[in-house]
Amino acid sequence: MTWLLDNLELIGRLTGEHLRLSAIPIVLGFVLSIPLGWVAYRYRLTRGLILTLVGLLYTIPSLALFVLLPAIIGTPFLSEANVVIALTIYAVAIMSRSVADALGSVDPDVKQAATAIGYSSFRRFWAVDFPLAGPVVLAGLRVVAVSTVSLLTIGAAIGIDTLGYLFTNGYQRGIIVSVLTGVVVTVVIALVLDRVLVVIGRALMPWTRASRSSERSGVTRAFMTARRVREAVP
Amino acid sequence: MNLFADAFAWILNPGNWEGRNSIPQFIGEHLWYTVLAMILASAIAIPLGWYIGHTGRGRDIAVAATGAARALPSFGLLFLFVMIGGVANRDSSVMIVLALLAIPPILAGAYAGFEAIDRRVIDAARSMGMTERQIVARVEIPLGLPLLWGGLRNAVLQVVATVVLVGFVRNATLGYPIVQGIQINRFDQMLGASVLIIVLALLLDAIFALLERYATPAGVRAGRNRDHRTSSTRRRAAGGATPASTEKEMSV
Amino acid sequence: MIEFRSIEKLFPDGTRAVDDFSLVIPSHKTTVFVGSSGCGKTTLLRMINRMVDATGGELLIDDENVASIEPVRLRRRIGYVMQNSGLLPHRTVIDNITTVPRLTGVPTKDARARALELMDTVGLDRAMAERYPAQLSGGQQQRVGVARGLAIDPNILLMDEPFGAVDPIVRAELQQELLRLQRELGKTVVFVTHDIDEAFLLGDQVVILEKGARIAQKGTPEEILANPASDFVASFIGADRGKRALSIRDVDGERVVVDGDGNLAGRLTEPGAA
Ligand SMILES: Nc1ncnc2c1ncn2[C@@H]1O[C@H](COP(=O)(O)OP(=O)(O)OP(=O)(O)O)[C@@H](O)[C@H]1O
Ligand SMILES: [Mg+2]
Repeated sequence: MTWLLDNLELIGRLTGEHLRLSAIPIVLGFVLSIPLGWVAYRYRLTRGLILTLVGLLYTIPSLALFVLLPAIIGTPFLSEANVVIALTIYAVAIMSRSVADALGSVDPDVKQAATAIGYSSFRRFWAVDFPLAGPVVLAGLRVVAVSTVSLLTIGAAIGIDTLGYLFTNGYQRGIIVSVLTGVVVTVVIALVLDRVLVVIGRALMPWTRASRSSERSGVTRAFMTARRVREAVP
Repeated sequence: MNLFADAFAWILNPGNWEGRNSIPQFIGEHLWYTVLAMILASAIAIPLGWYIGHTGRGRDIAVAATGAARALPSFGLLFLFVMIGGVANRDSSVMIVLALLAIPPILAGAYAGFEAIDRRVIDAARSMGMTERQIVARVEIPLGLPLLWGGLRNAVLQVVATVVLVGFVRNATLGYPIVQGIQINRFDQMLGASVLIIVLALLLDAIFALLERYATPAGVRAGRNRDHRTSSTRRRAAGGATPASTEKEMSV
Repeated sequence: MIEFRSIEKLFPDGTRAVDDFSLVIPSHKTTVFVGSSGCGKTTLLRMINRMVDATGGELLIDDENVASIEPVRLRRRIGYVMQNSGLLPHRTVIDNITTVPRLTGVPTKDARARALELMDTVGLDRAMAERYPAQLSGGQQQRVGVARGLAIDPNILLMDEPFGAVDPIVRAELQQELLRLQRELGKTVVFVTHDIDEAFLLGDQVVILEKGARIAQKGTPEEILANPASDFVASFIGADRGKRALSIRDVDGERVVVDGDGNLAGRLTEPGAA
């Protein structure tokens, strides 16, 4: 207990760092995945290519990827860029699959109707396809947000300041409270972020403002998303 | 590229292939932890998932738990359990954490597999006079297999990655050369071990991908192909539609 | 003989699907339940094989209360055919047809031999035996469903919109096959549809249902056509719309149903059977 009170400042600082470092991959992953997911959805050839590639990347364990990146892109070994890039790769892996699936889940009749009333294909994408794909995209984004927050703790293994510091430091010095605090704060951040995304989703997609049942299916869907990320891998 | 040359030199160095703390030993330990954790988790999660899938009982709890489990930081759990369990029980603590992390995806695969089955098929089985036991054994288990294998595949991925972190609490697994490499500042060793970890992860994933494919009941596979065919005509007609199978699975 | 005595079904969520329903279904005849969606047809049908249990009243099969028969045993002596056939997707056609006989311990060889005969009976090429359901057309799947329903040679065959999901041409074909089968086999068939033409074509006894499974009218097609009991029935059978006004005529000693334009809508008795 005293440890907790003595270290509030440290916990606060690490939480801030953790939020900053997880925000980048989540936002970057989302933005990059829209064009990538669209290309994967639109063309059969690129679909196999992109989905296989992201599937393979997703399979790489995080610590191994943190070590691999400096060797490939020449970043310094202790740079936080490695962690951010690695987590962005995972985010893109999950999200581009999600976006491709989401676009595919839009009712073809609706799309044809939109074309029929005169939408250009670019306008139609932003006004019809993408919003209607929203719920499935959101399911993917929720998976990305939660797993990014959780995976980021491993960054502490290579000396990056995240909530994971409470694990490594607490373990070395034998302070259970430190490790426990790290776990609890990480879980809380992840779950709060998840809720925030759900609320934003409801605000942006009022037509899905939904019964409990469709929210439940969202979780199962999230599971399916995670599973299907690597489905293309031979 | 020099870095990779050093890493491969470390991997190929004959001195690293024999004695204590050799590469084969690390690989062996890595597989041992992975396999044992998967067996442990499956023994709990598969029957439980099937029970939930068949009866619908406890489904809400299971869904909430599997969703929330994703938020658990495996790194922290590992330290936490090892510290609580004490030095003498480090291996048991590690095994508990690994199994705990593997349970949610397997559980989800098991019950989602049952739920994805067309209700009419189960109705038909019941209407023919199959007992509940027969429905589970002859209809739900075979038809639920593809998603169960998917869940197992997710789980094995999670476990292999977490076993890397076991290197922080035991002088074992392919994670250990990384941890040691960080301490003694040997990048060749870290990178070499990472390469081996990646190869191992890809191999295990490929094995499960094959199982997922070939453990699918033949008729279901026939149906799937058919779906793709129909979808491709629809794709042309509609200017781009998804394979029907995707929609089906996504709307589970 | 199947007898509904003041049957009532209240689902746990408060839906009163069936309210005080009484009916006698004669043996070796086809009885058709017809009515619009949600009126309780499926619920009635499923009470016969206890897929649904009544919450009030009694249901007797040959004077035996079904409540006293163990559901699994009961279902194994009643054939059931449903829309979209409900075939097991991971089993071949022949394995689907032999499912019930094998559950009841019939030797595989005998069951397969009988299944092949049944494939002939329902008009399926024997070459389809080793195919999977997904490799058949909708009409073929439906034939497999009928063969499966007949596999144990049940006295009672329950059919829930069995031809609802196939195109009109295939449907007409399947209807004729069913009439032929019924002439040969003489089962007690209980058939559910919301297509009134189908009901008149197939039914010896037609039961028109309203919401809550209330009987709007029951009788032979002739009786109902000649004398609709209410405006509801009249509008349901299309008697109030000139074009669809159905009537019965004798043509060459055969009794047929014709619509307002004089086109043949159905046959009441088969040629030669009258
Ligand atoms: N398991 C259930 N729980 C609650 N209500 C049910 C259940 N099954 C059916 N119902 C309700 O009972 C009523 C009758 O349903 P039933 O399925 O028997 O209709 P139906 O006549 O077969 O309709 P359709 O032609 O659409 O198949 C409907 O209002 C339906 O919503
Ligand atoms: Mg019905």
